[in-house]
Amino acid sequence: MQLGKATREAYGEALAALGAEIPEMVVLDADLSKSTMSKKFGDKYPERFFNMGISEANMVGVASGLAASGLLPFASSFSTFLICKGFDQLRMSIAYQGENAKFCGTHAGISIGEDGVSQQGIEDLALACALNGFTVIVPADEAEMHAAVRAAAYHKGPVYLRAGRPKSPIIYPDGKAEFVIGKGDVVRAGRDVTVIAIGLLVGAAMDAAESLAADGLSVRVINMACIKPLDEAIIIAAAQETGAIVVAEEHINHGGLGQAVAQVVAAHYPVPMGFVNIGDRYAESATPDELMVKYGLTAADVAKAVHAVMARK
Amino acid sequence: MTMSQTEASITALEDKAKALRRHVVEMVTAAKSGHPGGSLSAADILAALYFGGVLRHDPANPHAADRDRFIMSKGHAVPVLYAALAEAGYFPIAQLLTLRKLGSPLQGHPSKADFPIMEASTGSLGMGLSVGMGMALAAKIKHEDYKVYVMLGDGEAEEGQVWEAAMSAAARKLNNLIAILDYNKCQLDGTIAEILNWEPVVDKWVAFGWHVIEINGHNMAEILQAFEEAKGVTDKPVCIVANTIKGEGVSFMACNNEWHGKAPTADECARALAELA
Repeated sequence: MQLGKATREAYGEALAALGAEIPEMVVLDADLSKSTMSKKFGDKYPERFFNMGISEANMVGVASGLAASGLLPFASSFSTFLICKGFDQLRMSIAYQGENAKFCGTHAGISIGEDGVSQQGIEDLALACALNGFTVIVPADEAEMHAAVRAAAYHKGPVYLRAGRPKSPIIYPDGKAEFVIGKGDVVRAGRDVTVIAIGLLVGAAMDAAESLAADGLSVRVINMACIKPLDEAIIIAAAQETGAIVVAEEHINHGGLGQAVAQVVAAHYPVPMGFVNIGDRYAESATPDELMVKYGLTAADVAKAVHAVMARK
Repeated sequence: MTMSQTEASITALEDKAKALRRHVVEMVTAAKSGHPGGSLSAADILAALYFGGVLRHDPANPHAADRDRFIMSKGHAVPVLYAALAEAGYFPIAQLLTLRKLGSPLQGHPSKADFPIMEASTGSLGMGLSVGMGMALAAKIKHEDYKVYVMLGDGEAEEGQVWEAAMSAAARKLNNLIAILDYNKCQLDGTIAEILNWEPVVDKWVAFGWHVIEINGHNMAEILQAFEEAKGVTDKPVCIVANTIKGEGVSFMACNNEWHGKAPTADECARALAELA
């Protein structure tokens, strides 16, 4: 698939684009603003940009106080630092208080590559989804990130956005007019099996669907960018209409999209399911492409999972 | 104010502090659980804040945009905050006895969701100063003149987040942020000296760039003077290091760490109330 910008770059652009429209917007970062791209907002609105230094816990707490005082904070760092170091603060000072604050964890997954395990946020979705009242969004491409940042800004309540480091396959070549929280998106029609994916795995699922079409399989692909709240109706319809589901995500096997979808399928319309994810392990340093192959997150891995689940139909 | 008027108002505040202490003892007794020690050590400071003209606040308009904010970061001492708010007229005094009961907004630790007059949800230690800093920063951004007061525990200051916030607030010269360290020298498992001796306390806050005022936290005149001095600081956040006694006001609780998190029996409650009469 054709590659577009990284979703983190789109995050920075979207912040900068919204700054004039929303004067209450303030942006925080923890000394990674050149990487998270929040600097794009900072360059345009320096008086509303606060580099908090390398202190994620304090940054989350400050975001709480800003939100409680009527401002609209967006705070970013690498996903693992933001969510893992800031987790109790996200729980106590944001979720439990129900503050209207937004967070973006970038460089998520193993596709950050050579920096290795310490920088690879592979548990962030499990943790973010565990925060009561949080909306959790994983935009698949730059257009979707633009729409999702806008939706997050106008949504009342805490939001976690996940962004990646590498360029993302373009899923929405004509742009995405609106991001609707709580709605999945059928990005490829199909009858025989459904692949529900997020982030870079949406592109992989599209590639897999194309190759499987050559084998005569009609694969539906759903981009489930909003994993909380989860679009149960689109999952139940997929189970009823295609009879088999594969869930693909750049995340560990615990607490991510796979288990969330399986819970809906089990409760409403059990069908055979397969899962494409990192498993329960840490990755390592290598190029992003090498890691995606070694840890089983390519189009070929999705196709293999589709064949396996079809055999159980 | 003449000397006699000052003395009269100090006596009135001391009486108010005593009333707060009585509420704390009664509340924790009724709840059959809670943290009397750290509430009693903070009672004089809370009396000064809410009744000594320190906080700009209006019980009839608890969410006024220009109100001063108070955050009880050492959330386990919330009984004394509830007592002060009830005495000030934010809610009926009778409601104090619902502390920790099913359905009551008076949660065991402050909950903004359950009780919106709480400025922050605390109880997981170390977080209140960051939240208060966010509020102080918001005041600067919005050109508002309210101040933010955050009460910290001494054990709480063992949390790294406190020092992240301390560093950050000083770097931003947030002179509208006032931390009050309830330095009662005790934490749950023992004395600060035994568990994690972080002396020199005053030097640490000074080194982090704060204007530090050290006082006897049970001397009402010193407390009022410290808050007055704090209001005049123009280029730094302020930390009032209040030397206090855990369990102050009740002889058998004072300096006795057993009373960090234990409820009195009915008999102990009666003895405590007699001492606080």
